[in-house]
Amino acid sequence: MNTRSTLRIAAGVAATGLAIGALAGCAAGGGGTDNDGNGDEVTITWWHNGTGEPLKSFWEEVAAEFEADNPGVKVDVQAFQNEELQRTLIPNALQAGGDAAPDLFMVWAEGEIKSQVEAGYLKDLSGLTDVIESIGGAGTGWNVDGKQYGIPYRFGIEGIWYNADLFEQAGITETPTTFTEFSEAINKLADLGVAPIGVGAGDGWPAAHWWYQFAIKTCSEDALKEAADTLTFDDPCFVEAGENLKAWMDEFDGDLPFQQNPTSTPAQSVPNSSAGLLAAQSTAMELMGTWHRGEVAKLVPGAPADNPPAPEWLAWMPVPDIEGAAGAPGAALGSGDAWGVYVDAPEETLKLLEYISSVDVQTRFAETGEIPTVAGAEAGITDPVLKQIAEGTVNAELVVTWLDTQYGPVIGKAMNDAIVNLMFGNGSPEDVPQAMNDAAATL
Amino acid sequence: MTAINEAGPALDAGPAPVGTRKRSARARRRQWGEVTLFAGPAVLVYLLFVLLPVVLAAYYSFFNWNGLGPLERFIGFDNYARVLTDPVFHRSVGNNFFILFLSLLIQGPLAILVALLMNRRLRFRGLLRALIFVPYVLSEVTAGLAWQIMLQSVPPARYGPIDTWLRMIGIENPPAWLADPNIVMWTMFGILTWKYLGLAIILMLAGLAGIPEDLYEAAALDGAGWWKTQWHITVPLLGPTIRIWAFLSIIGSLQLFDLVWIVTGGGPLHASSTMAVYMVEYGLNVTQIGYGSAVAVVLFLISLVVALIYQRFALRRDLQGALTTGVR
Repeated sequence: MNTRSTLRIAAGVAATGLAIGALAGCAAGGGGTDNDGNGDEVTITWWHNGTGEPLKSFWEEVAAEFEADNPGVKVDVQAFQNEELQRTLIPNALQAGGDAAPDLFMVWAEGEIKSQVEAGYLKDLSGLTDVIESIGGAGTGWNVDGKQYGIPYRFGIEGIWYNADLFEQAGITETPTTFTEFSEAINKLADLGVAPIGVGAGDGWPAAHWWYQFAIKTCSEDALKEAADTLTFDDPCFVEAGENLKAWMDEFDGDLPFQQNPTSTPAQSVPNSSAGLLAAQSTAMELMGTWHRGEVAKLVPGAPADNPPAPEWLAWMPVPDIEGAAGAPGAALGSGDAWGVYVDAPEETLKLLEYISSVDVQTRFAETGEIPTVAGAEAGITDPVLKQIAEGTVNAELVVTWLDTQYGPVIGKAMNDAIVNLMFGNGSPEDVPQAMNDAAATL
Repeated sequence: MTAINEAGPALDAGPAPVGTRKRSARARRRQWGEVTLFAGPAVLVYLLFVLLPVVLAAYYSFFNWNGLGPLERFIGFDNYARVLTDPVFHRSVGNNFFILFLSLLIQGPLAILVALLMNRRLRFRGLLRALIFVPYVLSEVTAGLAWQIMLQSVPPARYGPIDTWLRMIGIENPPAWLADPNIVMWTMFGILTWKYLGLAIILMLAGLAGIPEDLYEAAALDGAGWWKTQWHITVPLLGPTIRIWAFLSIIGSLQLFDLVWIVTGGGPLHASSTMAVYMVEYGLNVTQIGYGSAVAVVLFLISLVVALIYQRFALRRDLQGALTTGVR
C-alpha cells in the first residue's frame, strides 16, 4: 500500500505539474518567431484575411517567390477569417508583443490605425518613398500626422450594383446620373414589380452608407475634414444630410425605394440577405463596395461552390449626384485594405512589403479580379466592370473613407444605429449628429 | 438483496491497524495527497478561468480602455453611470426578464403536461422522447441560422418557408416575425421554447420516475381520479425537479446570448437585445473594453442577486442539509 499511495501522490503531482505547464505554455508559446531561427535564418510572419481562393494561393505564391529571391528568409503566411483577425487576433497579438506579434499584417484606415500608432505598435513606413508615390491619393487613410503607417494594396469606391436585365425590362435606357433621374428609374422598377433597392439594414452599416452618400454630397470638404479632425459634428450639414435622405425616401409610396422588412435583412452570406436578393433578381439595385461582385456571385441560385462566376447581368454605376447639394459634386466614398508592419519586425519585412507592392505583383493581383493601388498595375484588370470602378476611383475628385471607419468604431456604431433609426424607425435627422457627439464624449 | 448492501472490503483497505500514531500521520498525509490530486486541478482551473477573469473585469471596468496599450485612464464609476442610464441597456434588461417570466409561466407547465403524457403507456414512446430532445442537441448556431432563414421574409419578392406555408393555408399577410419590434421578442420566445423545452421535459420525466408507484396505487384505492392524483401526488413530489429546472431556466434567461445573436443580432432597432448581446455590441465590437467590462459586472451582479434570492426562498428546502450539515 505504501508504494501504491506514494505512486499515486507522485502521479497527482505530475498531473498538476503538467496542467500548470500546459497553461503556462499557452501564455508563452503562442505566436510566430522573428529572429530565433538558427544561424542567419529570419522568419517573417504575415497575416491576412484572404481565406478564399484565388487570393489564399496567390499570397502563398508571392511569399514563396520572395523566399526564393532572398535565401535565409522564411515567410510564414497565414490566412484568418476577417472579423476574427481584425477584432481578436491582431489586437491580442499586438498587446502581447514580441514574438507573438505578426510582422506584416492588415491595418484598417483612419480611426483604427490611429489608435494602433498611438499605442506604439506600428513601424513608420515613410521611408518607402517609391511605393508611397506610386499609390498616390489612395494612401491618405493610412497617414497619421504626416507619417505613412500602412500601404494599401486594394482600393476602390462604392457604387450602385444593378441588374441590367431588369433595367432593360423596366425601360431604363441610360444609367441615371442625377437623383431626379434615379428616382424615375426607381419608379419604373417598382412598376415592374421588383423591389428597386435592396438594403441589409439588419447589419446597420449597409443602410448607413446611404446617409454617408448624402453627407459627402451635402457637406463641404472642409466641414468633413474638420469633423474628422475634431470629432465634433455640430456643422448643420450633418442634420441637412439626414433631411435630404429622408425627403428622398418620402418621395415614394409605401415601403419604397427599399425592399420590405429591411431591418431584419442581413447584408451578406445567406440567401435571404440583401446580396442574396440581388443575386436572385428579387431586387434591382444595391449600394455596396467593390467586394460585392464576389458576394453576389456566391449567392446566385445554383452557383458552383468553387470560384462562382459573376452573373452577366450584374453591372455597376457611380452613385448619382444630388442636384444643388453643397458638397463636392465628384465626391465618392471608398476605402481599401492595407499592410502595416510591426514596430520590432525584422528589416527584411520592409523588403517583402516592397515586393508585394511592386508593379509586377500588383498586376498579377489585379488579374485575380481585384482593384490594385500601384500605378501601372491597372493594366492587369481585364473585367469591364472592375475597369469601370477603377476609372471611377481615379476620376473621383475626392475619395472620402467610409465615415464609420474614419470616426472609429465607437462613434461609427452610434452613428449607424441612429441612421437605421432615422431611416426605418422613429429617429429624426437631428438625432444622428447628436448620437455621434454623445459617443465622442465617451472616447 | 443483502449481498448487495453488504459490500466486501474496499480494494484499498489497508492492513490491520498496527502502530496507530505512525499510521494516522501517514493517513493524514495520504488524505492531503488525495485532496490535492482530486481537487487541485479543478481549483486551479476555477481560479484561473473563473475567479481571475471576474476580478480582472471588475478592475478594467474602472478604466476607459480600448484594449490596446496600458491601462492609464482611470474614470471611476463613469462606465457604470453610462450603463445604468442607457435606454438600450434598460430595454435589454427588460427583454431578459421578459424571457425569464414567460419561460417560468409557459415552458414549465407545458413541460410538466407533456412529461405526464409521455409517462403513460404510449405507442412509440421511445421515439417520441428522442424527437422531443432533438432541438436541445442541435447547436445554437445551426438552429438559429435555420430559424433565421425560415422566418425572414421580404414580401412580395421572397417569402420564407414558414410564411409560404401560412399563405398556403390562407393567411395572406403573416406578421413580420423578425422585422416588427413589437413581435420579435415573442418570436424569440417561441424559438427558445422549441429549443429548450426538450430539456425541461427530460428533467420532469426523470423526476416522475423517482415517484414511488405505491403512492399512486394507494391513491387509486382511495378512489382518486387521474387529475386529482397528478395534482396532489405528482406535482408536489416533482417539486425539487421543478425548482431545479426553474433555477437553470432563470440563469439561462439572464445570460441569453447565442440564439438571439444568430437570429436577430439584437435587432431590429435593439428590440431583441439582451444584456449579453449589449455587452458584445458595445464592449467588444467597438473595442471599449473598459465599458464592456462594466456591463459584464452589472450582468454578473444581476444574475448573482437573482440566483441568491432564488436559493434563499425557493431552493432552501432542497439544499438544506446538503450545504449546512454532513460535510465532514
